[in-house]
Amino acid sequence: MPTFAIGPLAASLFTVLAIVSLFLSFVMLGSHWLKNHIYAFALESWTIAALSAAVAYFGHYQELYIIAVLTALFRGSLLPYLLLRLLTSLRLEREFTALLRPSSSLVLGTALVIVAFLVARHLGTRITSDDRIVLLALTCMLSLKLIGFLMMILRSEAISHILGLLVIENGIFLGSQILVPGMPLLLELVILFDLLIIVLTFGILMRYLQRHAGTTSSRDLQRLVG
Amino acid sequence: MANLILGLWLAPALAIALILIIRRPRAAAFLNLAAAIATLGLSLALLARAPAHPVVLGDHFLLLTPLGLWVVLCVALVYVLASIYAVGYMRLLAEEAPRLPWFYALFAGFALTMMVAPFMNNPGIYWIVIDLTTIVSAFLVGFERAAESAEAAWKYIIIVSAGLSLALLGIILFYWAGTFSFGPVYDMTWHRLRLMAPHAPHPLLLLAFLLTLIGFGTKVGLAPMHTWLPDAHSEGPAPVSAMLSGALLNTAMLGVVRFLTVVDAGGLGGAGHDALCVLGALSLVVAALFIVRQTGAKRLMAYSSIEHMGVIALGFGFGGVLGIAGAMYQMLNHALNKSLMFFGAGNMMRAYKSKDMRIMRRIPQFYPVTGTIWLLGAVAITGAPPFGPFQGEMAILRAGMAGPNTWAVAVMALLLIVIFIGFLAHFRRMVAGPAPARGHEPRLVLSVWMTAPLWLALIPLTILGLWWPPLLWRFFAHAAQVMR
Repeated sequence: MPTFAIGPLAASLFTVLAIVSLFLSFVMLGSHWLKNHIYAFALESWTIAALSAAVAYFGHYQELYIIAVLTALFRGSLLPYLLLRLLTSLRLEREFTALLRPSSSLVLGTALVIVAFLVARHLGTRITSDDRIVLLALTCMLSLKLIGFLMMILRSEAISHILGLLVIENGIFLGSQILVPGMPLLLELVILFDLLIIVLTFGILMRYLQRHAGTTSSRDLQRLVG
Repeated sequence: MANLILGLWLAPALAIALILIIRRPRAAAFLNLAAAIATLGLSLALLARAPAHPVVLGDHFLLLTPLGLWVVLCVALVYVLASIYAVGYMRLLAEEAPRLPWFYALFAGFALTMMVAPFMNNPGIYWIVIDLTTIVSAFLVGFERAAESAEAAWKYIIIVSAGLSLALLGIILFYWAGTFSFGPVYDMTWHRLRLMAPHAPHPLLLLAFLLTLIGFGTKVGLAPMHTWLPDAHSEGPAPVSAMLSGALLNTAMLGVVRFLTVVDAGGLGGAGHDALCVLGALSLVVAALFIVRQTGAKRLMAYSSIEHMGVIALGFGFGGVLGIAGAMYQMLNHALNKSLMFFGAGNMMRAYKSKDMRIMRRIPQFYPVTGTIWLLGAVAITGAPPFGPFQGEMAILRAGMAGPNTWAVAVMALLLIVIFIGFLAHFRRMVAGPAPARGHEPRLVLSVWMTAPLWLALIPLTILGLWWPPLLWRFFAHAAQVMR
């Protein structure tokens, strides 16, 4: 149940923005060039920032404007910048050892979206009669979650794992903007900063890996088993 | 009361600041130790002063519950033991000497995050603090900068972050379920979640709980999300392993238990308890399989942690006063016992210059006292009398017989026997076995810093095994009552 009345204009705007972010996660899934991933992630974050702003405007949640600005700044600009810098310093260009070809991953991704839709519908129908925005938000949230996990499973470059995690977080953020726009500001702010710390930590650990293990691919990280 | 909590946080915070200003390895070690002793004193004072029912303080920001305080006590105990041990152990890593102040600052920071998490009244903030514990401890795991440590730290942070992202989704779904009762904007607290639970739709409540169970279960090290645990616990320095195992896992278990009380309130307790029992039993299976065929000393202890987390999960899963009391008792016993085991493993690793148990032979011949204590610790951790874990496990088994999940009792009893045999077989070989080759005998002289913590853990373990103090029993009964 979205907690404010949604007009047709707002509904279609939310729908477009949510679908665009879902689409961008497929761009990430389908490409093996790491730079493309980062650009797609940045664009996705900007889309979610736009969604926050739209929810703020139509739902009269003033504090969501702050979230929108911070999302664009942190997730849309700073994180991609840090990741690009990491990419150049590690001299990585593309994912070489993905488990599946891009086309197969896309098909798998589609299947996951269908699963997400079924779960969301199960939850949605029990909760409210037919609120399509809620259904859409739940579907996108779960889809991005599953696609993020799929990316982490199929890829072996450390930076792809980070991106998978960021896609998951984006999904949670996207869903929460529509489902719980009133979630306390403090919590959302702290989660944003937390994300920044995590990415910085990842950056440092990746350099450790490069220096001490000589690789950043999980395929070569096989020392610890059993 | 709020002052005591503030003191509990200020002690390690102050230590961090001073360590970073002074930047001398020796001073850092003792500053950290002083902070640890202060936190133990303060947590005991809190436990003595706190009323038996949950208290909310500090503008609805802080929550004191008996279980939360108990977890804090376990953290403080392990922190003290590990800090004493670190003084002797970290000195052996001669090549790391210039970075030791950083180590101690991180160590105190790790303890600080674990002291903060149990007091958080808002599940969202609790999630964030748990995430912070991961970040700080990942640097501690990777401290030695070998290829293995870097790999372990990386796996740790990636797997746990992915798991915790599921927990975040669960928390958001819980918040959403609350909007049906409280309107769009409200302050999420554990208490409010319990209030809204009876009015929330069941599928939503169940999904949210399962997500948080998987998420925090990853951090607890429940199978099948345990894969980071043996790596992280075996590759960090021994004091860090003890903190990870004895303190951190309990801190995350607290979250699982609190969300369990929410689904209990929502009338879905049966499904929630079943899910926890299944994960607990599965952890025992995985631990038993890997313990039998283990070769690394610290990896053996790590799988034993998975086992004990499984036992504690079963305790809370069985529920009832006896189950909760057993699980809480087991938390304390495991914290003490696993610290002892990791310290012993660290000592032998340094002495024999290998992590491999096949190299550590005839230990009592070279280290009669320390070797014997380590062996006694192994007897204790496998659940044999007369030590504390025996009492805890018996209480949990009895609680299980009273409930609906008797299958889990059978699984648990059987696997505990398997683990007993497998674990002690390794120790038999380390105690007897062929003598090490000439010239390969261990020569390291263990300092008192590295042996005293073993005593400090073994003595209370024996007392707790012979005598379950009535005071503790009453405290656990209260804790179980207010949890409902």
